[in-house]
Amino acid sequence: MNDSNTDVIQGTLDMLILKTLSLEPMHGFGISRRVEQITRGVFKVNPGSLLTALQRLERAGWLDAEWKQTENSRRAKIYSLTRAGRKQLEVEAADWNRRAGAIARLLKAEI
Amino acid sequence: MSLLRHISRGLRGLFIQGSKDAEIAAEVQQYFDEAVAAGIERGLTRDEAERVARAEIGNLAPVREQVRSYGWENAVRTWMMDLRYAMRQLRRNRGFAAVSVITLALGIGASTAIFSVVNPILLSPLPYPSPSRLMMIWNTYQGARFELSFATYRELLARNRSFESMAVFDSGDGLGNATLQGNGLPERLEGQRVSWNYFQVLGVSPSLGRDFQASEDIFHGPKVAILSDRLWQRKFQGDPRMIGRSIRLDGENYTVIGIMPRSFDNVLQPTTEIWMPEQFDVSQLTSGSFKSWEWINHLHIVGRLKTGVTHSQAVRDLAQIASTPIAEFPRPDWGSLKQGLILESLQDDLAQTIKPTLLAIMAAVVMVLLVACVNVVNLLLARHTQREGEFAVRTALGASRGRVLRQLVTETLLLAVLGGLAGIAVAFAGVRALVSLSPPGLPRIEAISLDPAALGFALAVTTVIGLLTGLFPVVGGSRTELNRALSRSSGRTAGGRGVALRALVVTQVALAMILLVSTGLLLHSMRRLLNVDPGFNPNHLLTMVVHTSGPEYLPVSQDPRPAFAARFRFYQQAIEAVRRIPAVREAGFGIPLPLSDDPSFLGQADVQFEKDGPRGVRRSLRFGISPQFCQAMGIPLRSGRFLDERDKASAPFSALISESLARNEFPHEDPLGKRFHLGGTEGAWYTVVGIVGDIKRTSLAVNEPEAVYTDFRQSWAVESPLSFVIRTSGDPALVANAVKNAIWSVDPNQPIVRVITMERMIVSSEAERRFVLILFAAFGSVALVLAAVGIYGVLSGSVNDRMREIGVRAALGASRRDILELILRDGLYLAAVGMCIGLAGAAASSQIMQSLLFGISRLDPLTYVGVLLLLTAVAAIACAAPAWRASRVDPSVTLRAE
Repeated sequence: MNDSNTDVIQGTLDMLILKTLSLEPMHGFGISRRVEQITRGVFKVNPGSLLTALQRLERAGWLDAEWKQTENSRRAKIYSLTRAGRKQLEVEAADWNRRAGAIARLLKAEI
Repeated sequence: MSLLRHISRGLRGLFIQGSKDAEIAAEVQQYFDEAVAAGIERGLTRDEAERVARAEIGNLAPVREQVRSYGWENAVRTWMMDLRYAMRQLRRNRGFAAVSVITLALGIGASTAIFSVVNPILLSPLPYPSPSRLMMIWNTYQGARFELSFATYRELLARNRSFESMAVFDSGDGLGNATLQGNGLPERLEGQRVSWNYFQVLGVSPSLGRDFQASEDIFHGPKVAILSDRLWQRKFQGDPRMIGRSIRLDGENYTVIGIMPRSFDNVLQPTTEIWMPEQFDVSQLTSGSFKSWEWINHLHIVGRLKTGVTHSQAVRDLAQIASTPIAEFPRPDWGSLKQGLILESLQDDLAQTIKPTLLAIMAAVVMVLLVACVNVVNLLLARHTQREGEFAVRTALGASRGRVLRQLVTETLLLAVLGGLAGIAVAFAGVRALVSLSPPGLPRIEAISLDPAALGFALAVTTVIGLLTGLFPVVGGSRTELNRALSRSSGRTAGGRGVALRALVVTQVALAMILLVSTGLLLHSMRRLLNVDPGFNPNHLLTMVVHTSGPEYLPVSQDPRPAFAARFRFYQQAIEAVRRIPAVREAGFGIPLPLSDDPSFLGQADVQFEKDGPRGVRRSLRFGISPQFCQAMGIPLRSGRFLDERDKASAPFSALISESLARNEFPHEDPLGKRFHLGGTEGAWYTVVGIVGDIKRTSLAVNEPEAVYTDFRQSWAVESPLSFVIRTSGDPALVANAVKNAIWSVDPNQPIVRVITMERMIVSSEAERRFVLILFAAFGSVALVLAAVGIYGVLSGSVNDRMREIGVRAALGASRRDILELILRDGLYLAAVGMCIGLAGAAASSQIMQSLLFGISRLDPLTYVGVLLLLTAVAAIACAAPAWRASRVDPSVTLRAE
């Protein structure tokens, strides 16, 4: 295990999934790899948590899921963002930015 | 929308379990495959790629599990798994399951049934608006409630300051009954004569038509009637055009003015089918004579307190009126109110006679429920002890304590629910049985049914039992150290929970003891009571109530004598017809009939002997009789002569007195030839011509030995209905039809009711005691059986636990006898402790049932010793089986098994 890899911060997994899927529909492993790539390996997604979160988001109505043929002709469950999901992403992103900004200001002030 | 999706997906997951599992498996597999494919893309060989992917993802099974555990349906699934397992457990231990469920069912069923009966009587408010303001007002006679007269009613109405309204009604017992003619056979209807505002006081009104008006409640007022919904449906098919129509009652036309709603529960006389206004003659109140119906204590008063007036304020108000007579309202001796008035809320009033009985029964049933719960806890404890190993293994395999707890609670809840369901079935049957067994005086019987409140009660009891019995062993049990439990294959020690078990058994024995002592005391009381000499000979005695119905029999005119004469003529001819039947030896008529439910105001009279002067008035029983009444009843003549055909209206008035009255009034003289006034200090003198034996009037348990007997021809009134008493040579029940036909040969229109042999009447006069006795006997035997099962269970478990110890003892030379004694002593010790506690409990609790006992001390030593012996015997039997098994232990087998 690599110490520099951190588990996804509690509560941000949903936002990461929504953000990733806002680029294009993809399957579970795709999401996981994309998150790792974009965060340059800072976040590593545990497949169990990811698949559970996908179920939860689907039930909440933010994702659609469908078994499809992938480009390399394997069957995979492809997730895509719904309209409600896009809205949710905006809400969560705004919320996150507000918090992150607040924390950043706090840290600056301490120096 | 998302909630809907949650539910639908969840349900799909639950019911199409396989497909969901397969989908998750496929997705996890695909994730792995993609990871491998990604590795190959990076230039790894397939083997290397798979290894890397596996290192990253880990074993696929836990991933699948994690994904699968998401969603509410998953909690349901685990719970169903627990449930299935619990059912398997119960199926595997059929005996245990059956005993627990039956025990619970009996306990819950019995308590629910009793609660259903008690609830409408004692707890739930009466079905009227602001029922707490409804009060009953009573006259007092020797501290007990007694009827009032119309005159008293008018006085209270005028002088009170506490009541918003006050209504008067007949005391029931058939005074308001009427015969409905036309429409086929004449039918006797149960009626109630009420003052016009009766329904208004209760706060109800007819659902169709209108209520009585004040202008209708006057002497010779219009003949109007209000029907019950039941009568309206039964006789008139619910025809709304009945309003304003005329029906024929007792030979007269009455106009139907209203129908009461179906929901109306007439708690004061529940089986009433028709109401008519009282129509008293107000002018009689100022006539200066007290000799009219208006002055007779035969009425009940129900009143509605003004808002804000308390019970004690009203009591003071009434007491003040009672103690200060005013000239405007003259009072006869019997209406002097010298003993005060009794004011009681309607609800308490209804429950008054039955309350101690119900409380005793409630206490008993709570004890049965307790014994039942104790038994189930016992059984569960014993089983958990046996299953300690299983739990230890589960915990060792990774089950959390909470998980084990949940499993246990599920199991016990399942038991409790099964017991509860069976209990509800028992309760249904129980309520039916209770209603059919119930004594005639039970109020609000119409409202008794397995009501939702009682069902809720049953469910609450079930749940509490489930949780308690589930948690109780766990709290004691789960803390068991894993190692100790695992390493222990058979018990070496009698663990700490043994103490709990023992305490429970002791409780059980104590409770059974209390119930059995109560049953024993009641049984003795009943036996003594039925052995009491009623003072007459009840064998071969047929009784019936014969009415006179028709306008010629109603003393409504200023001069009631023709009506009384007509009544007497009819009764005279009827009894002569009866005497012509060959199987009839003697026959007479009279009122009141001893040990019948004739109303209490009948047969009370003031007697004033000549020697005592006008102030020496004493209250006594008074029987109006025909010649041969005493002979037919078998009341013995002590001296003088019986009344006979000589005692005509024109002859000097003669009377019989009872021997107690004779002894108390004339301790040193011969009473024969002495004279007295009846019902006041004036009028004709009655001369004592004979002295007869004392008899019981209202109940075998009540001593009212002072009585006078006069002939109807020498009385100012001839009551109706009267009771016929017929002494027969054979079985009296066989003569009943011949007697009825003989009476109808005189006049076919006169109703005859309550045809019953005196022997049966005596039994039914003790119906309430019998009712309690039956219930206590039932509860007592259930408790006894449960206690026996409890003792057996605990000893049996303890023998299992001590198998090795017993083996060692046997190996070291203990004889079978020694071991038998060891176990027996153990069990009997428990029983003895329980009995000691039970003894104290029984002595204390027998106070509750004091009022139900007769002729026996509540500490009757014979009963207590008898119950002790019975319990000891049963305990010994319950101990015998495990002790026998212990004595058969083969040391070589037991010791090798370790």
